[in-house]
Amino acid sequence: MCLAVPARIVEMTGDQAVADAMGNRWAIRTTLTPEVKLGDIVLVHAGYAIAKIDEEEAKKTWELFEQIAEMEAERGKAQGGDHAT
Amino acid sequence: MRLNKIQQAREQIEKSCAKIGRLVQVMEVCGTHTVALFRHGIRSLLPKNLKLLSGPGCPVCVTDQGYIDTVIDLAGRPDCIIATYGDMIRVPGKNTSLERLSLPNVRIVLSSDDAVTLAKNHPDKTVVFVAVGFETTTPATAVAIEQADKFGLNNFTVLCGHKLVLPAMRALLSGRNDKIDAFLCPGHVSIILGSRAYEPIVKEFKRPCVVGGFEAEQILSGLAKICEQIEQNKPAVDSVYGLAVRPEGNKTSQQWMEKYFEPCDGPWRGLGCIPQGSLRIKDTYAKFDAQKRFSIAQMPAEEPCGCLCGQVLCGLIEPSQCGLFGKKCTPDHPVGPCMVSTEGACAAWYKYGK
Ligand code: SF4
Repeated sequence: MCLAVPARIVEMTGDQAVADAMGNRWAIRTTLTPEVKLGDIVLVHAGYAIAKIDEEEAKKTWELFEQIAEMEAERGKAQGGDHAT
Repeated sequence: MRLNKIQQAREQIEKSCAKIGRLVQVMEVCGTHTVALFRHGIRSLLPKNLKLLSGPGCPVCVTDQGYIDTVIDLAGRPDCIIATYGDMIRVPGKNTSLERLSLPNVRIVLSSDDAVTLAKNHPDKTVVFVAVGFETTTPATAVAIEQADKFGLNNFTVLCGHKLVLPAMRALLSGRNDKIDAFLCPGHVSIILGSRAYEPIVKEFKRPCVVGGFEAEQILSGLAKICEQIEQNKPAVDSVYGLAVRPEGNKTSQQWMEKYFEPCDGPWRGLGCIPQGSLRIKDTYAKFDAQKRFSIAQMPAEEPCGCLCGQVLCGLIEPSQCGLFGKKCTPDHPVGPCMVSTEGACAAWYKYGK
């Protein structure tokens, strides 16, 4: 539950926004980061943007997520399923 | 270029640890760090006299048994809907867990917002939002209370289990484990609190506090800074987690927290009562406080028999030193909370084959 995901704000009305991370989109709120604008990249935690971050940092995390996803898939294959949530 | 930085950091760590010449124990406060350390295989890159301790930084793990049992009791009331983050449903209570009960009125939410929506959609039920987490999650709970207030939702309540990281770090150094030489401070909590928040701890206890990111390079350079500070006997606050961590933190989030919550003494699993280590809802907003709404007395916190989560959370033992680890206690059949959450120390050790 501590996971924070970098995502780009692709839609925004007031403090309601839609965030996009690697093609996945979901509704978030920007109540805690009033300074952010459409197109900014933010760190999203439990449905809320908590900080504006730069593209460079976001990219590193996205790459890491991809690697983890690949690794987990490999592990899953090797172990016949991964039960961790 | 990144490889280069990793190499540089490793060399610095080697050099400093050789000079220090004794066991150096660094606590990674945050559960996400524990997992990242395993994923990147960092433990194996470190000199023998540098030991990393997992700390009390996973919100699921530090939530005391009394709280869990209270949630399970409330779930048994047909007039309630329990709205909880996913990890919490697997934590074993005294007799059962929410998952095992599999009740239709227990709903997993991804944000506090979803809990408010549940209250809107079910005016005939009282929604209890299971609010756990540190400074990163608390502001979102504050916004939810504001929303419920604005919409006049009298059926929205919060069972406040929010905790504060700094008092726990103090409690550790003040006795529970004073062998900790330095803290690798949690990235996301520090975004909210600001790096400056650690200054009093550095001053009072003379321990380095370095905010770490979650990539190999950031973690290693964080450790390199810590080792250098110990070697030169110059403890300080530093951050290697990029621009997101500002010295003053996220002021808006801090204001939201201050408006709705106030610190109080409260129980942490394994660590006992930590002075000013918990948050409670301010009296002005008492009508949203589930504890008051349902007149819940503080429950005695009985911990599962044989589970050594308390010692694990203080960095006093490694998970594999618990007699139940990997035998009676596995991620599929967790005995204690440290085996439940993916960020729990026991689950991470189990998963990564320690
Ligand atoms: S292995 Fe299980 S029982 Fe032992 S400390 Fe960890 S969670 Fe508790």
